[in-house]
Amino acid sequence: MEWETVIGLEIHVQLATNTKIFSGASTAFGAEPNTQACAVDLALPGTLPVFNDGAQKMAIMFGLAINADIGKRAVFERKNYFYPDLPKGYQTTQLEAPVVGEGFVDIETEAGERRVRIHHAHLEEDAGKSLHEDFHGQSGIDLNRAGTPLVEIVSEPDMRTSKEAAAYARKIHAIVTTLGICDGNMAEGSMRCDCNVSIRPKGSETLGTRTELKNINSFRFIERAIDTEVERQIDLIEDGGTVVQETRLYDPDKNETRSMRSKEDANDYRYFPCPDLLPVVVDDAYVEAIRLTLPELPDARKERFISELGLSEYDAGVLSAYRDQADYFESVVECCGDAKLAANWVMGELAKNLNAADLSIEKSPVSAEQLGGLLVRIKDNTISGNIAKKVFEVQWNEGGTADEVIEAKGLKQVTDTGAIESMIDEVIANASAQVEQYKAAEPEKRGKMLGFFMGQVMKASGGKANPGAVTGILKSKLDALCD
Amino acid sequence: MSIDRSDVERIAHLARLELNEQDIPAYTENLSSILNLIDEMQQIDTDGVEPLAHPLDAVQRLRADEVTELNQRDKLQAVAPAVEEGLFLVPKVIE
Repeated sequence: MEWETVIGLEIHVQLATNTKIFSGASTAFGAEPNTQACAVDLALPGTLPVFNDGAQKMAIMFGLAINADIGKRAVFERKNYFYPDLPKGYQTTQLEAPVVGEGFVDIETEAGERRVRIHHAHLEEDAGKSLHEDFHGQSGIDLNRAGTPLVEIVSEPDMRTSKEAAAYARKIHAIVTTLGICDGNMAEGSMRCDCNVSIRPKGSETLGTRTELKNINSFRFIERAIDTEVERQIDLIEDGGTVVQETRLYDPDKNETRSMRSKEDANDYRYFPCPDLLPVVVDDAYVEAIRLTLPELPDARKERFISELGLSEYDAGVLSAYRDQADYFESVVECCGDAKLAANWVMGELAKNLNAADLSIEKSPVSAEQLGGLLVRIKDNTISGNIAKKVFEVQWNEGGTADEVIEAKGLKQVTDTGAIESMIDEVIANASAQVEQYKAAEPEKRGKMLGFFMGQVMKASGGKANPGAVTGILKSKLDALCD
Repeated sequence: MSIDRSDVERIAHLARLELNEQDIPAYTENLSSILNLIDEMQQIDTDGVEPLAHPLDAVQRLRADEVTELNQRDKLQAVAPAVEEGLFLVPKVIE
């Protein structure tokens, strides 16, 4: 039987506010345990929450970016459960009246553009962290993260392949990082993704029983976890079994999903409106003032990269996906005036080095101005593309402007035709066998054979000869021998 | 609507409350009478009435996103039964 996969995603995004959603404690990452957990975060008796305007604004920014209805009257509710990293015994969240209503994003798929509807997005608080290393048979609790504002973005089950799910997650990532409402660091848990997965016979309209996959902290794992789970569900059903609705943990090391022991009554959260918090009411003026602060969004930036800078669809998509990368790229273009060249270097040499060093672009040792200056020297023929890679390497390791490196290392391109001619004469004189082959070849095949001579000349010049000049002179000298 | 003993036990468990065996019949009766009251209220026609989220007719005041709470870990942990390396220690929770 042919099966169709149905996927919906719940994405938790940690908001980049200065303080907690309901207290004035800092949310900075990496502090000593419990140094950023105040009396409110610890749920000490007598404390009351006060809602953070910054969290509200960021959630509304997201809503506007996905063309959603903004809830003019949002209500916080209590989701009750017991766990030591949740000191209040309930998570404050939104259920019936969330801040962001129905919206959508468009994603690129192999079958063209596809719309993914977003059911709603709501504000809630994060829990603390439990450390299960051995503290004399006890668990250690760090409540620094408790009360960090989250936006949970709930999609409709509109995705049909694991690739679409990953593309959707990437799009959300691009939007929240461009808006500057989240740092987007998945490894540190700033963006976390749960995948709801079910299968049904192709052509069927009813949904199959779904499982929820947790513990997925990269885009690659979204694809792998879904593929693994779909395979498991198909095998199960084709062997006569049935899928049980449950939460499953993805184990990236074994590439398998496994059932989390479902606790008795685990889903009986007994939601009710939080009496400590009044309804949050915003008016049009408040929302419109936020709309004015929205930066250029990834889709718009991509379009501009294509129409104004002449980039390909693919390059524009990659370069517009992350705000820092897009900003860096635009600075390079401003310096060198050549978008295509800048795109090649940002996505090529720079990306390669950043990946190898596991650095994000804003921590690049080579600034956009340094790279732009380097590309200027390629364009004015001071250096060749190959030499430029050497200059870049020096800039990466030792710093300096391109001009300083070219000067210090004597890498300036040789454009003096006299010097190039004598190098070519020497190469031709030392390669009589290849010269004979060249002469014997059909004229239309000689072009390919130039490569050997080019290589020898470039080697003799230490890579500094101007390749354009070498090709011209070499060809005329060799062809003269053939006549 | 009335509830039975097992409902009371389940609700108590969800709320992590320990009940005295002899109190369970009274709780069952009290909770049932509350639910009966709600059943009565359900019969009122509430079409067009917006659900009440809060008894006060007021809206939430917002706080500026500025750090106002500084580190007071030592004071806050002074009342904790057990701490180590800055962490609160609790009975082991992993299953």
